[in-house]
Amino acid sequence: MLDRSLIGKKYPSIVFKVEKQRLQFFAKATSQADHIYFDEAYAISKGYPSLLAPPTFLTTVGYEQDKPYQYLDDLKIKMGRILHAKQGYTYYAPIYAGDTITMNSEISEMYDKKDGALQFVVLLSTYTNQGQIKVAEAISTLVVR
Amino acid sequence: METWNFNSLSIGDSIPPLIMEPISRSMLALYAGASGDHNPIHIDLDFAKGSGLPDVIAHGMLIMSYVAQALTNSFPQTMINNLEVQFCSITQIKDKLTCSGKVLNLIHNKKEDSIILALNVINEDGDEMLKGTALINMESP
Repeated sequence: MLDRSLIGKKYPSIVFKVEKQRLQFFAKATSQADHIYFDEAYAISKGYPSLLAPPTFLTTVGYEQDKPYQYLDDLKIKMGRILHAKQGYTYYAPIYAGDTITMNSEISEMYDKKDGALQFVVLLSTYTNQGQIKVAEAISTLVVR
Repeated sequence: METWNFNSLSIGDSIPPLIMEPISRSMLALYAGASGDHNPIHIDLDFAKGSGLPDVIAHGMLIMSYVAQALTNSFPQTMINNLEVQFCSITQIKDKLTCSGKVLNLIHNKKEDSIILALNVINEDGDEMLKGTALINMESP
């Protein structure tokens, strides 16, 4: 069984500068075809202030730390045993190149299915920009095999 | 890009499907680098085998990025209010994925119209890799 006393555990904030090159690399790695994600001049011509961060780009923020899998260590889960079960995003404002995003995460829930054979961990993350505007919220559900 | 208009939509309408290149090891390596998700289960065959898997597996978030792309091909991204997915099966090397979406519900409000889409990603055998929903908000005309 996972240690459910860790529900509510908060992790240190991560501050992430959204750089143009990183957005372009992410767009390439996700086989993105729309030029608003690559070409700043084109994005501006379409009415955006700069390159737009695509909907799943926020996943990169959580990895910008020394130990992105600290919660697995805390829960004593081997990395090879987890699978991503669900992911949800709610968007409140767009994110552009040049923004600075602060992410705050916590373990929000744990549950099990099949009499404990499958255990689930839910992480809740909120993302705020340099203007203290909440831009998005993410809910990640991981399953331990 | 074709932008959809609320008044021209009906429940059951589909967005144009997006067909991706078959998943390759280099796509996973590239995504590991770009996303920062260096979990070796996606890039290191020895580690994957040691974890009881026959091969490396695709990042779920890569598959989610594909279905998000099917969505942004039809709607400006800034209209997407919510995107939720469930990973149903493990995506394997060589899987050729098709991302689809269809209108589940249309909600007309005074200030804003909303579209709820059902999304899914299947491989060439028709196995469902991902399913989900998206909420699109657009100002009422």
